[in-house]
Amino acid sequence: MIRHRLFWPIVALVALLALNTAVNPSFLEIRFQDGHLYGSVVDILRNGAPTLLIAVGMTLVIATRGIDLSVGAIAAIAGAIACTWIVSGGGALTGMLLALCVCVLLGLWNGFLVSVLGIQPIIATLVLMTAGRGGAMLITEGQIITVDDPLYSRIGAGFLVLPIAILISLGVLLAVAALTRGTALGMLVESVGTNPRASRLAGVRSRTIVWTVYVFSGLCAGLAGLMISSNVNAADANSAGLWIEMDAILAVVIGGTLLAGGRYSLSGTLVGALVIQSLTTTVYSIGVPPNAILVFKAVVVIAVCLLQSPRTSALLRPRRRAGTTDPRTPEVTAA
Amino acid sequence: MNVLDLARVRNRVERVPRRFLPVIATFLVFVLTFGTGAVRYDGFASPQVMTNLFVDNAFLIVLAVGMTFVILTGGIDLSVGAVAALSTMIAAATLEAGWPPLASVSAVLVSGTALGLLMGLVIHFFDVQPFIVTLAGMFLARGLCFLISVESVSITDPVFRTMATGTITPVEGVTLTYSVLIALAVVLVAVYVLHLTRFGRTVYAVGGSESSARLMGLPAGRVQVGVYAVSGFCSALGGLLFSLYMLSGYGLHAVGMELDVIAAVVIGGTLLTGGTGYVVGSVTGVLVLGTVQTLISFEGTLSSWWTKIVIGVLLLVFVIFQRLMMRRAT
Repeated sequence: MIRHRLFWPIVALVALLALNTAVNPSFLEIRFQDGHLYGSVVDILRNGAPTLLIAVGMTLVIATRGIDLSVGAIAAIAGAIACTWIVSGGGALTGMLLALCVCVLLGLWNGFLVSVLGIQPIIATLVLMTAGRGGAMLITEGQIITVDDPLYSRIGAGFLVLPIAILISLGVLLAVAALTRGTALGMLVESVGTNPRASRLAGVRSRTIVWTVYVFSGLCAGLAGLMISSNVNAADANSAGLWIEMDAILAVVIGGTLLAGGRYSLSGTLVGALVIQSLTTTVYSIGVPPNAILVFKAVVVIAVCLLQSPRTSALLRPRRRAGTTDPRTPEVTAA
Repeated sequence: MNVLDLARVRNRVERVPRRFLPVIATFLVFVLTFGTGAVRYDGFASPQVMTNLFVDNAFLIVLAVGMTFVILTGGIDLSVGAVAALSTMIAAATLEAGWPPLASVSAVLVSGTALGLLMGLVIHFFDVQPFIVTLAGMFLARGLCFLISVESVSITDPVFRTMATGTITPVEGVTLTYSVLIALAVVLVAVYVLHLTRFGRTVYAVGGSESSARLMGLPAGRVQVGVYAVSGFCSALGGLLFSLYMLSGYGLHAVGMELDVIAAVVIGGTLLTGGTGYVVGSVTGVLVLGTVQTLISFEGTLSSWWTKIVIGVLLLVFVIFQRLMMRRAT
């Protein structure tokens, strides 16, 4: 069981929840009131929803050996567009649709740079990460735009027994799981991540697949941006979704998806996102200064990465054939 | 210009080794942006505006030098901004506790180098992606800042103050700070190390192909760890220069600076796949960013977020340019 790739992340999650319960005995309590569920665990789900959603999109991108750094900026743009639209008298629904359309366009742009021009994903998305936040500031004209729209605030703060935000995120997660694992699509994505050229020669349309995952990631980021902005009923171009790309990447990596591509685990991403959010909640509840949470994140990331590293398992495994093979087989770099 | 001249120009262009083209292109962009400023605004093309580019970006130059080492091996260091912030914090906190300035400076440099070394060791020995390790390093360094103090700590030490405010006038009408001299010294040392030492040769070799470098018997592992230590050292030194610039230590200093640094290095013509690039290119990249910032502040009506947009667009143009160059080369 210890060899299962989700073993350590789940241990981390359980340990965090146990620590919380030890500090605050009523932590696991869930109340049912006015048709809603209340409790710290429900809060973790609700606050973790945007990270989870972005992490789902990021999982597919990383599976193709890519990375999308622009999600935070796209989230900020989505919130900025929706709020500006609503404030200027448009409907909440059209505002959200408009925001999502723009996010799809931004995803198309990222995908174009990566799949057609062949630019490295880190740099291709860095362009939008840098310029995107400036663009969001341009839309809001540097102001924090507050909105008061009952429909809009439901996305991030509403309840349908469970928080609507987590229902959306879980829905997207399940849909992606069904679509990629129920069909051959997931395998194709993994094959592109393992070796783009070989997959193309084998008849896989690598370019279309790579392009699509960036569009999907943009869409997820946009939806998450709407959740973030709706949760506070405002669009803050400067700090909305700040560092969420890092959280999402961490969630994906903790969940056992390799940054080198070629293998992904959506259930792992779910666990990873929950670990990240529980960690945040834990740090708040045990009374460490909120900013110092970064130290804890760093420790968890390093711990999980080291435990997952093939080198560590080689060290921990009892040596039967001492020194026959180098565990780090030199990889042939695909130029 | 007639056909003959064109041919001669082409001939001359082709005599310049192709590997210098990206740096030359960056330099042309620098001349172009600076020229735009000179044409549009009175007093833009003064020597002082030019030197101010160095004065205001001395810390960025030092950070970019460290990042160039890492990117040349095909790695990436996301922690530079955070380590710089941690350095300002350590400097401010130790000075406040009454340490002599020299001890404080050594503490900063040692801790920055140690952090870089640690990240390099993890990357090398556990085979974890540099992206993730340095991301964790970034979180760690920023978090440590806030563990030292949540508030901004100002620096009142007289030695630091004189270093910060002291100026040198090498030529009439041009004033420099000590930071500029330190930054330029770092650049010279980096050029020496990269091109005239074994370590530098191995950096390029590892970036070209790590497995080939290892098969050739080069100390690939040592270099891979070493570049992160170099980057950690540069981040710490850059942080010290930044603390001279701000005269305070604060956990929110240099937020997002790693992106500016990476952008400067890429604009300077260093390929992220490793093996190709020059420190001088990165310095020119920093100067381009600095000029854009100066232009926007001269314009006055434009808000500062335009800087981000322009940097993004420049990054895009350069990346596409590099891509086309590589296509033609293959």
